Amino acid sequence: MNPVNYLYLAALLFTIGATGVLIRRNAIVVFMCVELMLNACNLAFVTFSRMHGNLDGQVIAFFTMVVAAAEVVVGLAIIVSLFRSRHSASVDDASLMKL
Amino acid sequence: MDNLIALLVAAPLLGAAVLLCGGRRLDAVGHWIGTALAASSFVIGVVLFADMLGKNAEHRTLTQFLYSWIPVGGFQADVAFQLDQLSMTFVLLITGVGSLIHVYSIGYMEHDERRRRFFGYLNLFLAAMLLLVLADNYLLLYVGWEGVGLASYLLIGFWQHKPSAATAAKKAFLVNRVGDMGLSIAIMLMFTTFGTFTFGPVFEAAGGASEGKLTAIALMLLLAACGKSAQVPLQSWLGDAMEGPTPVSALIHAATMVTAGVYLIVRSADIFNAAPDAQLVVTVVGAVTLLFGAIVGCAKDDIKKALAGSTMSQIGYMILAAGLGPIGYVFAIMHLVTHGFFKAGLFLGAGSVMHGMNDEVDMRKYGGLRTYMPITFVTFGLGYLAIIGFPGLSGFFSKDKIIEAAFAKGGTEGWILGGVALLGAAITAFYMTRVMLMTFFGEKRWQPDENGHEPHPHESPKVMTIPMIVLAFGSVFAGGFFSIGDRFLNWLEPVTGHSHGNPPVSALTVTLSTMVVLVIGVAAAYAQYGRRPVPVVAPRGSLLTRAARRDLLQDDFNHVVLVRGGEHLTRSLVYVDHTLVDGVVNGTAASMGGLSGRLRKLQNGYARSYAVSMFGGAAILIAATLLMRAV
Repeated sequence: MNPVNYLYLAALLFTIGATGVLIRRNAIVVFMCVELMLNACNLAFVTFSRMHGNLDGQVIAFFTMVVAAAEVVVGLAIIVSLFRSRHSASVDDASLMKL
Repeated sequence: MDNLIALLVAAPLLGAAVLLCGGRRLDAVGHWIGTALAASSFVIGVVLFADMLGKNAEHRTLTQFLYSWIPVGGFQADVAFQLDQLSMTFVLLITGVGSLIHVYSIGYMEHDERRRRFFGYLNLFLAAMLLLVLADNYLLLYVGWEGVGLASYLLIGFWQHKPSAATAAKKAFLVNRVGDMGLSIAIMLMFTTFGTFTFGPVFEAAGGASEGKLTAIALMLLLAACGKSAQVPLQSWLGDAMEGPTPVSALIHAATMVTAGVYLIVRSADIFNAAPDAQLVVTVVGAVTLLFGAIVGCAKDDIKKALAGSTMSQIGYMILAAGLGPIGYVFAIMHLVTHGFFKAGLFLGAGSVMHGMNDEVDMRKYGGLRTYMPITFVTFGLGYLAIIGFPGLSGFFSKDKIIEAAFAKGGTEGWILGGVALLGAAITAFYMTRVMLMTFFGEKRWQPDENGHEPHPHESPKVMTIPMIVLAFGSVFAGGFFSIGDRFLNWLEPVTGHSHGNPPVSALTVTLSTMVVLVIGVAAAYAQYGRRPVPVVAPRGSLLTRAARRDLLQDDFNHVVLVRGGEHLTRSLVYVDHTLVDGVVNGTAASMGGLSGRLRKLQNGYARSYAVSMFGGAAILIAATLLMRAV
């Protein structure tokens, strides 16, 4: 199978993720869309690794996973505390730097 | 002998320092100190004069180097004096008339509690005036020039409790400042043109410079002369300067300081000789002023202001003569000296009359004073005969020579200038006869002053009459003494040069026509003021009379053109400042503020709009990168 198709898929996934980040209000969904974008990138990296025949892309994909795991921890913690203080998970409600 | 020159200046300067710093403990003797130092300066002057007479004409110039004032690289200014025949003439006039007026002031200022200060200022004036005529370079001359301006300011405003005196002093100072600016520009031009402002080198180099530059320098010098000597268009201060005590009017505003302009022009003869256009302007200024002053003098009822108009007119004669070039220089100075005698005498006479009349200055309230003040009457009368040019008296010789020289200028100019000078002689005869008749003849028109004091005219004390008598002698004999055997001409010629010109009419014709206009002027004044009683309240008068009473609208002109013009200028400058300059600054600030206001709206706190800008930015960056790659 032509590896370029994987790149199309990665672009499609990234676009879906980006659109989700921009139009959804729910912080959890925004968060999941961010994850989708990260994984689209991972897919692209792995594809490039395959296309160029070296391991650079795979190494960076592992890095991305580690960063994504850390991000999930911090991000979920922020969302939980946001929900506790405002009783809402909407990102638009958190438009002020005060309560 | 050379070392005595500095003493001439030092003596009155010492007097000024002692009197002004000495404080009240000198009140009792201050006037004697001032008079003694002025007289000692006169004695030194006479000693130097006697020494000078003993030498040949070529060796008469004395110089004294005192110290180097500003030695900076190529710029060299020295305090050095030069005493030649021209300076000597002035030294004798200044110290001689000055000493007499010091003596007179002892009596005149007797009841003034600030008499010591008055003498201090008078001494300061003498020192500055002597510095002016003794300097051997223009920069030192400028110091003296400013010094006499300061002394004049202080003395005009001596009675500063009177608002009119304080205003007059300010006016004189400000108008003089315009002229002083001319002098400073002339000195700067000289420095850039010749690289020096010492008299000798400047006059040597004057022949080699371009005529345009010389004309510019000469015109600036003329502006300076106009300011100091009250010539049109800077004449407006002299009439008001009569607010000062009368001895000041006699010394500063008649005999000496106002003639500094004539000195400046005659001293700079080499520059003016090489700039014929500037000379023409000088003669025009002189001719206009001599008529202007004479017309103003005809209409004034204030005796001192009438005399001030006359001073302006007589200095007009001198400036006219100085503008004629080598034909006239000697006669300008000769008229200056004889005028110093008779005008100082006339002013002292006027002061004596005021002294006896409770300080009344309005001639319409005088009348018939000749029997009450015989000495004043006789001395004033001799001064009167001298100024109108009565044959045999001082004014006759000096003024006649100027009229002759004006005709000798040649061509149409010569006829016009000579005609103006003749006309001026007629008007002079008219207004001086008017002053004489209104003051000393006719019936008494005295009136009690505001406090109800009836005036009791009386002759002034000896300390006042003796200077008047001495000056009257000068008025009578100086002109004849100078003219017989051309003494004055031979004396001054080595400094100023002389040429006879080509008189289109004979000297006798000029003298006869001067006599004719003199008789016409006197007769007209007699018909007007001698045969008919003089009304105490001034009649409304013709349009010209009313204009002349207002100094031919000179103040109105200054107000409309200069004051209003200045106000308009400042107003429009303020407008430009507010709209243009402030507009640029405020506009920049406002547009920056507006832009920031717009940009601030982007920062709305919504995470998703930030995300849009991030995506947008990233998209633009990537697009730009790809585009650059493609190109």
